[in-house]
Amino acid sequence: MTIDMRQFFQVFFDETEELLAEMEKLLLAIDLRAPDDEDLNAIFRAAHSIKGGAGTFGITDLTDITHVLETLLDLIRKGEMALTTEHVDAFLEAKDTLKMQLDGHRLHTPVDEQIVAACRLRLQALAHSPAPHGVDTGTTALRAARHRASVAQPGLRRLHIGLPAMPAAELDALALELAMLGSLTRTDTATGTTVFLLDTISKIEEIVNICTFLLEPGDLTIAEQEIDRSGSGAAQDMVSTAEMTQGFGFFEPMNTLQMAASPLLAAQELAAEKAREMAQGYGFFEPFTAFVAAVAPPPVSAETVDVVADAKPAAGRREPERSTASSESTSIRVSVEKVDQLINLVGELVITQAMIEQRTDSLDPMRHERLMNSVSQLTRNIRDLQEAVMSIRMMPMDYVFSRFPRMVRDLAGKLGKKVEFVTVGAATELDKGLIERIIDPLTHLVRNSIDHGIELPAQRIAAGKNDTGRLSLSASHQGGNIVIEVNDDGGGLSRERILAKALERGLPVSDAMPDTEVWQLIFAPGFSTAEEVTDISGRGVGMDVVKRNIGAMGGLVEIRSAAGFGTTISISLPLTLAILDGMSVRVGEEIYILPLGHVVESLQPAPADVKDISGQGRVVKVRGQYLPLVPLHELFGITPRYLQPSDGIVVILEADGRKVALFVDDLVGQQQVVVKNLESNYRKVAGISGATILGDGGVSLIVDVSALIRSSQRLADETLLSS
Amino acid sequence: MTKTILAVDDSASLRQMVAFSLRASGYLVTEAVDGQDGLEKARVQVFDLVLTDQNMPRLDGLALIRALRALSTYQKVPILMLTTESSDEMKAKGRAVGANGWLVKPFDPQRLIEVVKKVVG
Repeated sequence: MTIDMRQFFQVFFDETEELLAEMEKLLLAIDLRAPDDEDLNAIFRAAHSIKGGAGTFGITDLTDITHVLETLLDLIRKGEMALTTEHVDAFLEAKDTLKMQLDGHRLHTPVDEQIVAACRLRLQALAHSPAPHGVDTGTTALRAARHRASVAQPGLRRLHIGLPAMPAAELDALALELAMLGSLTRTDTATGTTVFLLDTISKIEEIVNICTFLLEPGDLTIAEQEIDRSGSGAAQDMVSTAEMTQGFGFFEPMNTLQMAASPLLAAQELAAEKAREMAQGYGFFEPFTAFVAAVAPPPVSAETVDVVADAKPAAGRREPERSTASSESTSIRVSVEKVDQLINLVGELVITQAMIEQRTDSLDPMRHERLMNSVSQLTRNIRDLQEAVMSIRMMPMDYVFSRFPRMVRDLAGKLGKKVEFVTVGAATELDKGLIERIIDPLTHLVRNSIDHGIELPAQRIAAGKNDTGRLSLSASHQGGNIVIEVNDDGGGLSRERILAKALERGLPVSDAMPDTEVWQLIFAPGFSTAEEVTDISGRGVGMDVVKRNIGAMGGLVEIRSAAGFGTTISISLPLTLAILDGMSVRVGEEIYILPLGHVVESLQPAPADVKDISGQGRVVKVRGQYLPLVPLHELFGITPRYLQPSDGIVVILEADGRKVALFVDDLVGQQQVVVKNLESNYRKVAGISGATILGDGGVSLIVDVSALIRSSQRLADETLLSS
Repeated sequence: MTKTILAVDDSASLRQMVAFSLRASGYLVTEAVDGQDGLEKARVQVFDLVLTDQNMPRLDGLALIRALRALSTYQKVPILMLTTESSDEMKAKGRAVGANGWLVKPFDPQRLIEVVKKVVG
């Protein structure tokens, strides 16, 4: 039976990607002065797992860098080498390189071999630099002594290592690596092959292990020349050499204990068996026949269970349990399409259920009591089902936030700024569709904050602040929305500069404008007050795109800023685009849906509260404030039931910080509606953001409140100009 | 009777490879994502063979073997270490905590099946 390894590739790729991300996250968070042992172990394990998997699945190019990485990390976690910034930088570079190689495999993106080679050399250079002292001088000294052994040391051998023709860079790398083990002499032959003479006390298996990262064991020949006086171990090594020429045999026999205890003949048989097992890469510590007999497990009796229960605390004490339980055993990977299909079906179910509910509404509750009860049960079940299904699509904001520490670190380094990066509410969940679209706008805002917001350390000190700026990203649920904020404690926005720039660009501004409106100016296309354009930000393209992208997701952007104290950019998004809490209103024969998030209140105005103001159309007085009155029937050209607002209802809507009073005939009720995209099913309609299917099977349009408020403003402006 | 095997590895791809290969050879395989998970699973069921990785979060392979050997039900159950480290030091450590053998990574599925067959038949 052959097993196709390719079937495990996808899992391996996903796993490697996760491990790399985890590695980066840990590296960025690490405290150089007192690195956490468990974090170092976790980083080591990540490199180790990638190498192991890559080796098993035959994706050998990944083993190259992970091998050196693992070696370095092992030294560091054992305290034999101190962790420095250079290490962290090199490890991050290695992570990027591995990611590039990984993407090369699974996405078939190009892999720059020069980067790979440079990265390997950089790691190797670190591996060969002398370990800083004072960490663990005992082991360091011991290791050094072992590696740079003097001729007088017993066990020192001269190994004749024959290599096939191979690229010079790989040969150099190998020479560097082997030189760690002892003193190396290199001879290049005329045929392109190379011979290394290595005086070392290292075992042949170590050398084979090193070489096999670059070449097939079969291409390698290693022969031993005795140079010391003690002849021990010669025969043993001859065996190993013989095995190695066959392409395996990485291990030397380790059965000395049994050999000493057994009669000579048995020992020889045992030795032969051992040697065979070693050559195949496995072995047993005792003749396995002994435990084949014991294999039949004792039946799990009540007594056994008791014993197991008793043993539990004892075993628990041995290793403190870490609270970070892996969730992997209880999760499965499902394609997004399947989830979307499920959501769609549930959406249809919601509509069907609404139909049934509406049909039963007209029935006599006394005669159909049991049916009505069942229907309301069904309603509850479907609502729960819908919530459960929607939650599948929800992803924690950490998915987005986790990309930033690296970017912040790199950018701050590039600009010579000191930035402390904090995230709050990374567990807050958001629809997968939205979470992916929020990445670009957020990236832009974070870049802006570092480039323009946070000042250089000297400037900060001059301003009486800590030299390290603070940048925070936070996410939280507020009602049916998620609010994501980018906050920095930098210089803040300059009202004067923005106004001056706006004047220069001919935008309609005045000194009397409130701050909130001034800040909104930076969202104008091509607007930038940056004195110099850097390659990071400041070209003025962007903020308008940010606003547009967020608007397209049904979200809002707000800015709060105080000169000298920093800036907060607040993005508010609906939790999901697929389902909307709506208020249905009637105008004439039509039902429209208003997104509940925009509805402030609804009321029937007294006739005296509705006024015609010359040049501004009609206004309605609500709690002492005059709001523009927008009759919905006029917008969509419908014949309404009522022409006087005092006969119908006005719904106060709010968007982008402005309010309007929408005049409709009647309120029908509140309901959750499944949003159907009008654009993909019909075409884009001004003033309408989508459609939904009502319980009676009719189609109802969802009003685009932001557009409505904008157009009412424009209408008012036009009236103002024409009057 | 079908033999049961507990495969403990924190790497999903390797664990799946091991489980798939052994299942294809007719064994009943239970997967555990780390030593702690493995120990918990071993407490509820006595397996015919335990295969464990060494480097794992929460509880590593050696600690798992030590904990298993402390259970009266696991005195005689064969335990093999699947390890990338084939040094004598590692082998001595494995032997000291009560492992019965080792298989060096990377290995190919055939070799794994061969080794498992040797142990549990």
